[in-house]
Amino acid sequence: MNHWLSLLTLVPFIGGIVIAGLGAERKNLVRGLALATSLVGLGGAICLWLHFDASQGGIQFPEKFAWVPALGVDYYLGVDGLGQLMVLLTAIVTPLAILASWNVADRPQVFHALVLWLQAGLFGTFTALNFFHWFMFWELGLIPAFFLVKLWGGPQRGPAATQFFIYTMVGSVALLLSFLAIWLATKTPTNPGCFDFIKLADLAKSGALTSQLEAAFGWKNISLIVFFGAFLGFAVKVPVIPFHTWLPAAYSEAPSSVTMLLTGVMSKMGMYGFLRILLPIFPEQIRQMLTPLLWLALATIVLSACAAFAQKDLKRMLAYSSINHLGYCLLALFAAVSVATTVNEPALQKAAALDGAMLQMFNHGLTASALFLFVSLLEKRSGGLRGLDDFGGIRKVVPVFTGLMGIALFSSLGLPGLNGFVGEFLIFKGVFPLAPWAAAISTIGILVTAIFLLTLIQRVFCGPLNERWAQLPDLTTAERWLVLPGIVLMFVLGIWPQFLLGAIDATVVKLVQQLNF
Amino acid sequence: MLAWTIYITFIGVLVLLLLPRDNARAARVVALLTAIAGCVVALVGAMQQTNPGEVTTIVKVPWIPAIGANYYLAADGISLTLVVLTGLAAVTGILFSWNIESRTKEFFAFFLALIGGVYGVFLSFDLLLLFVFYELTIIPKYFLIARWGSTNKEYGAMKLAIYSFVGSHLVLIGLLAAWVVARGQLGHGSLDLIELSHVVFPVAFQHWVFPLVFVGFAILAGMWPFHTWAPTGHVAAPTAGSMLLAGVVMKLGAYGCLRVAMVLFPEGVREWQWAIAALAVAGIIYGAGVALVQQDFKFVIGYSSVSHMGFVLLGLATLNTIGLDGAVLQMFSHGIIAGLLFGVVGRMVYDRTHTRDFAQLEKMNVGKLVPFAAVTFVIAGVASMGLPGFSGFVAEFQVLMGAWQVYPKLTLLAGVGIVVGVAYTLRAVQKGFYADVPAAAPAPDEHPLPPITTPERIGAVLLIAASLVIGLFPSLLLNWIEPCFKSSLFERLLKGGAL
Repeated sequence: MNHWLSLLTLVPFIGGIVIAGLGAERKNLVRGLALATSLVGLGGAICLWLHFDASQGGIQFPEKFAWVPALGVDYYLGVDGLGQLMVLLTAIVTPLAILASWNVADRPQVFHALVLWLQAGLFGTFTALNFFHWFMFWELGLIPAFFLVKLWGGPQRGPAATQFFIYTMVGSVALLLSFLAIWLATKTPTNPGCFDFIKLADLAKSGALTSQLEAAFGWKNISLIVFFGAFLGFAVKVPVIPFHTWLPAAYSEAPSSVTMLLTGVMSKMGMYGFLRILLPIFPEQIRQMLTPLLWLALATIVLSACAAFAQKDLKRMLAYSSINHLGYCLLALFAAVSVATTVNEPALQKAAALDGAMLQMFNHGLTASALFLFVSLLEKRSGGLRGLDDFGGIRKVVPVFTGLMGIALFSSLGLPGLNGFVGEFLIFKGVFPLAPWAAAISTIGILVTAIFLLTLIQRVFCGPLNERWAQLPDLTTAERWLVLPGIVLMFVLGIWPQFLLGAIDATVVKLVQQLNF
Repeated sequence: MLAWTIYITFIGVLVLLLLPRDNARAARVVALLTAIAGCVVALVGAMQQTNPGEVTTIVKVPWIPAIGANYYLAADGISLTLVVLTGLAAVTGILFSWNIESRTKEFFAFFLALIGGVYGVFLSFDLLLLFVFYELTIIPKYFLIARWGSTNKEYGAMKLAIYSFVGSHLVLIGLLAAWVVARGQLGHGSLDLIELSHVVFPVAFQHWVFPLVFVGFAILAGMWPFHTWAPTGHVAAPTAGSMLLAGVVMKLGAYGCLRVAMVLFPEGVREWQWAIAALAVAGIIYGAGVALVQQDFKFVIGYSSVSHMGFVLLGLATLNTIGLDGAVLQMFSHGIIAGLLFGVVGRMVYDRTHTRDFAQLEKMNVGKLVPFAAVTFVIAGVASMGLPGFSGFVAEFQVLMGAWQVYPKLTLLAGVGIVVGVAYTLRAVQKGFYADVPAAAPAPDEHPLPPITTPERIGAVLLIAASLVIGLFPSLLLNWIEPCFKSSLFERLLKGGAL
């Protein structure tokens, strides 16, 4: 038994406690320590990646011992390809966010402690495999995020933070009640109920879970109600339209470094929940509701793209574009449940769709946080201005900035050769044969995305130079180094996606088998 | 050994009374030492109990043989949990009232007398003895509020006293009737809880006597719609008073419901189960909703107590092991968290700003002036919302689990209550501590508030630690509580219910 995953979660948590104890005046020590802690996290995640056996799709690095025996709660950690991927993403985005907020002036020790606690919550969420344990981290991530928005955000931060928190809590309570129902249904007179995600997935595969739920409650449709509770919990977090209204406010009011974390990794908590929990545990229910769910995913894709097109604020535009990108993941994972068959061909399509969804999660995390990083650099120069029409023609004065942000924008747009393309390509490749009509409608989203991203490039970077910005300084050397790793990764993943695909392949194959019953 | 919690506390009262009038410092030290001794005895005694599932007799001697009354102290896991809670509440309550200057020794004498009575209730297994201790707590409560309170203190004190007396009279009537009926069956009068729990009262009798006794106790537990004493009493009381009221006195009511009403009249419970559950959920939602619109900081916490005690009652109404586990754990958890919340609001904020009005506090930037108070309130608020990692989560988790099994629709409503709970807590955090100060407001350094003192820090850390430890390792208490519901005492209560 090893304790690597526990350590990985504990390091940022303890780092946060130490940093919170330091005084605000020791600014250099505070941010140095925060960066060092997050780099240790990154090192740990890379070590994990190197020791991960990609050839098997099961849970690796397990840690399991009884925690609350009366409730059947185990302390159970482990990662498969999906968890591994998300841990790596978290580990990459956090140091970038810390660097992006290097000059935070107000209570830097609290700020950095909260960022590290958020990271600990995320690591925990992506590694815990028992509902009780997992839920603890799921909520633990919420508190620091709330305060980061509330205390360091823009003018409307109070309402934005509150709305974010309340929405997420509504989802969490629904999720909690659903899992309590599952616990009761799996309970026997001698044994406590089951919270173990892996065991629950096996129960669902054999169809026992639905019948146990019905037997325990005596309602015909209880399993659907339980499914909706869990769905709501994740749908708010991702978010799925119409549960998204907290997002534009939270993303645009949060300081940009925090938005990097919110969009880069926190939104992945919801997607991770869909893949780890909803898909394996409620395949039957998803299949029953498949058509409405696909429509929901399509609405998410198309409406958010249109909403992004209508925005005048860069951060709000990118916020809606985030919803749009995660909509493709949803489309893929719902489509993956569509046909119950063991025939080889659809299984391949499903694998492609799910591969695409996971890749898209990683890519979106990388690209979206890079984009918000660029916006934060721009804001720093413009004194907080970030309207679409506030700039114009600045490519002449800041060519390096323009070039690098352009790469990130094109990655977001899905240009072949960059990372964004691979995920979306795989999703379409998988979804098209499984649900042709849905794939067809979703292309509208791609079209609108292209329009609004190109509009952005045109309005901000091209055209006649707005004289006001004639003296706009270009990226400093330090800033170039800051954005470079992200840009390099975009190319690497765009050209050599096998780097990630290899690690998740076995996991996806296992997930597809899980869905074919 | 546990009996010494009661004795030590009352000895402390005597010592305090003998102290010179003007020596406030000595009074504080004596009170604190007494409370710590009581708490240590409670902890050590509780850990020594090898079999928390069974009722272990501490002392049993005849008291009034003519009516079958004994001086009978005993404890099972439920008593242990609540005795430890009382010990903690006593110590932290004294730490948070370290700054009482007016008639210090009397204040602490009343305070300890209240604590002694509470220990007594939790350890009594004789109905008369339990009732005596129960009544004993009313007097100090009244004086603590009427003398050292604030805002409408006479009204709050009187309302609390009258509600308590009405409640205990309902209990008394019910218990007298039970005594008469039991004597008819046993052939001799008995007030022994264990003995009475084996008496099968006629079903029709249980149907009318159970609501009497249950409501009598539940008034003190803040059951809606008999809760109105709670917010006014909490607000009027001095900080330590509110901490004790919410922390342990409300638990007396809930404990009485479980230990006396439900154990003696299992058929009555079954008859009225739905009503208890409905009132509990009404309390959860009503308390939370009213807390959401208060302008007085302490009223928010006062109504939140009503809401959280609703979870205790809902847990009791489930009549299954998991729900009852949750109810007892919630008693502990709410005792800790409500104590902490009242400590922050009453001592750390009100004693410094002299206002609890949100409109005033919003202008003060309290979060920057006393950051320790703000952080403590945030942690307590997070615990109070029932976020995982803190004791409230495990407790409400089990209550909801138990309730799902019996009343799924009410459980969904209770879920709504949790969300409203999140909303009022956030609102309180926002208005109380982190409101954006308008530009015209004076700079923070013009209004220096006294810094947080060491006793406050220790008190807050103790309570937070307790909530965290139980939140992370609920087995520590569940190992005490859970076996109780497998014992013969609760056998009849649980036999018919879904297990």
